[in-house]
Amino acid sequence: MLLAMIVLVVAIQAWPAFQTFGLGFVYQPVWNPVTDTYGALSMIYGTLMSALMALLIAVPLGVGAAIFLSENFIPLPIRKVLIFLIELLAAIPSVVYGLWGIFVLIPLYRPWASWLHVNFGWMPLFNTPPVGPGMLPAALVLAIMILPIITAISTDSLVALPSDLRQAALSVGASRWRTILTVLLPAAISGIGGGVMLALGRAMGETMAVTMLIGNANQLSVSVLAPANTIASLLANQFAESRGLQVSALMYAAFVLIIMILVVNILAQMIVGKIRAKYQ
Amino acid sequence: MPDDATESDNFFEPSSLDRRPGSARFIFNLIMTVLAALCTILAIIPLVAVLFYVLFQGGQRIDIALLTQLPPPPLAEGGGLGNALLGTLIIVGIATLISVPCGILAAVYLSEYALGSQLTQTIQFATNVLSGVPSIIAGVFVYGLLVVTGLTGYSAVAGGTALSILMIPTIIRTTDEALQLVPQDVRFAAFGVGATPSQCIIKIVLPAALPSIITGIVLAIARASGETAPLIFTALNSSFWPSGLFQPIASLSVSVYNFALVPFENQQELAWAGSLILVLLVVITSIVARLVTLQKN
Repeated sequence: MLLAMIVLVVAIQAWPAFQTFGLGFVYQPVWNPVTDTYGALSMIYGTLMSALMALLIAVPLGVGAAIFLSENFIPLPIRKVLIFLIELLAAIPSVVYGLWGIFVLIPLYRPWASWLHVNFGWMPLFNTPPVGPGMLPAALVLAIMILPIITAISTDSLVALPSDLRQAALSVGASRWRTILTVLLPAAISGIGGGVMLALGRAMGETMAVTMLIGNANQLSVSVLAPANTIASLLANQFAESRGLQVSALMYAAFVLIIMILVVNILAQMIVGKIRAKYQ
Repeated sequence: MPDDATESDNFFEPSSLDRRPGSARFIFNLIMTVLAALCTILAIIPLVAVLFYVLFQGGQRIDIALLTQLPPPPLAEGGGLGNALLGTLIIVGIATLISVPCGILAAVYLSEYALGSQLTQTIQFATNVLSGVPSIIAGVFVYGLLVVTGLTGYSAVAGGTALSILMIPTIIRTTDEALQLVPQDVRFAAFGVGATPSQCIIKIVLPAALPSIITGIVLAIARASGETAPLIFTALNSSFWPSGLFQPIASLSVSVYNFALVPFENQQELAWAGSLILVLLVVITSIVARLVTLQKN
């Protein structure tokens, strides 16, 4: 009910911009409040790119940590404390991550980024000189923020597997890691996939930390060292001081974001629901 | 993947049961275990780093002035976040007033009146999807509903409404879970002595589930007080003491955001101190909630 209302209100507010720009809004790269020309392509690209880069970092780490925490490598009480600590990561407000990113992460990242640019500048990925804020630091902080979701859901789905599976694999002589890689992970893959989808949705909608770190430049650049923008940070930056058609264009951008995230979330719900049906 | 075939050559020899530290599968297992442990450590490092910096940088400015004074103008010394602290309390208070009755009523309906029906499943699905809606969208929604239309303008009420949209799914979910944990026998016993369904729910089931419900509400409040995105363009900000529910109002999280982006050292220190308050709030409530649930089990 509330959900439908949210979609409706945003859609109504977005209507003037929709009439003016039509579907071209989605693939026009120019966002210029002075001439009232709006296109969201660079923001849509930034949203997807930063979220995917964050997944690229967070998925291996999260699944690795989940395996470590769901097997009996270390005593259960210590595991419980570690799981709680990782869940605590999810509870820290995103504005605090942003602050930490500006004053701790970016100074640490700058020498590395310069090194990347000097030595690998021939690759399009690193072909702009680093200015501090940019796609890469934003993706790094995003990865930290979605790590707890991936770890928690992967741990849950690994623990929820019937113990018969593990015992059967061990009894035919598979080593522990053979069991994990060939039996347990494939069996839990839909749960892990659901967790990854949820994390993707979270990363696409994350606002504050990204706004503070991505540089908010409405440009389309392949380089991960260049400043970029996402839909969410565009909204955070421009809403308070926009008028007329710009408000409507922002609403349109918000509408695009909602659709993107709803699709991801509904897919995630369906995948997670499937594993429950399979093993319970 | 190591080649395990060589190990089965002398399968029936007793020595094949020995643990051979040089074997391929032993080394592979060792490497993978170390990798997994490394992943876990890497996952914990950011938490330690963030907490350390917030404590270290924010701890320097924790004093009475922080809690009682107005924020300083650029380049001035001293000052505090008193108005932002009060503003956060007011906004979160409004959000709680809206979301707690809504959330609890919805959960009671879901688990007591309409359990298992098609409608319930649809609503639960919608609630799950709603909890995945990014916080900035809640801000956009309230902006379109209350601010642009001039119903409240930029105000504490608009900010509180935006936060309540984020709190409702959490409250519905935790209350729903708490109600389902109340044994069915208790309800049968209440009906057995002649209670009507509403009497049963108000006098028997809700009190039994109260501790878990309160835990859920407190967690929702702690999360909401750290939210920034929905407040930037609903509650806006202000450098003065709150002057009314329908005026722009400062909040801790928005103040941290603004002060993080300015080049003045004094204000940056205040941003760290503000984050420290937010982080302490979240961490302490999480630990207390965890202890309460542990005690019950």
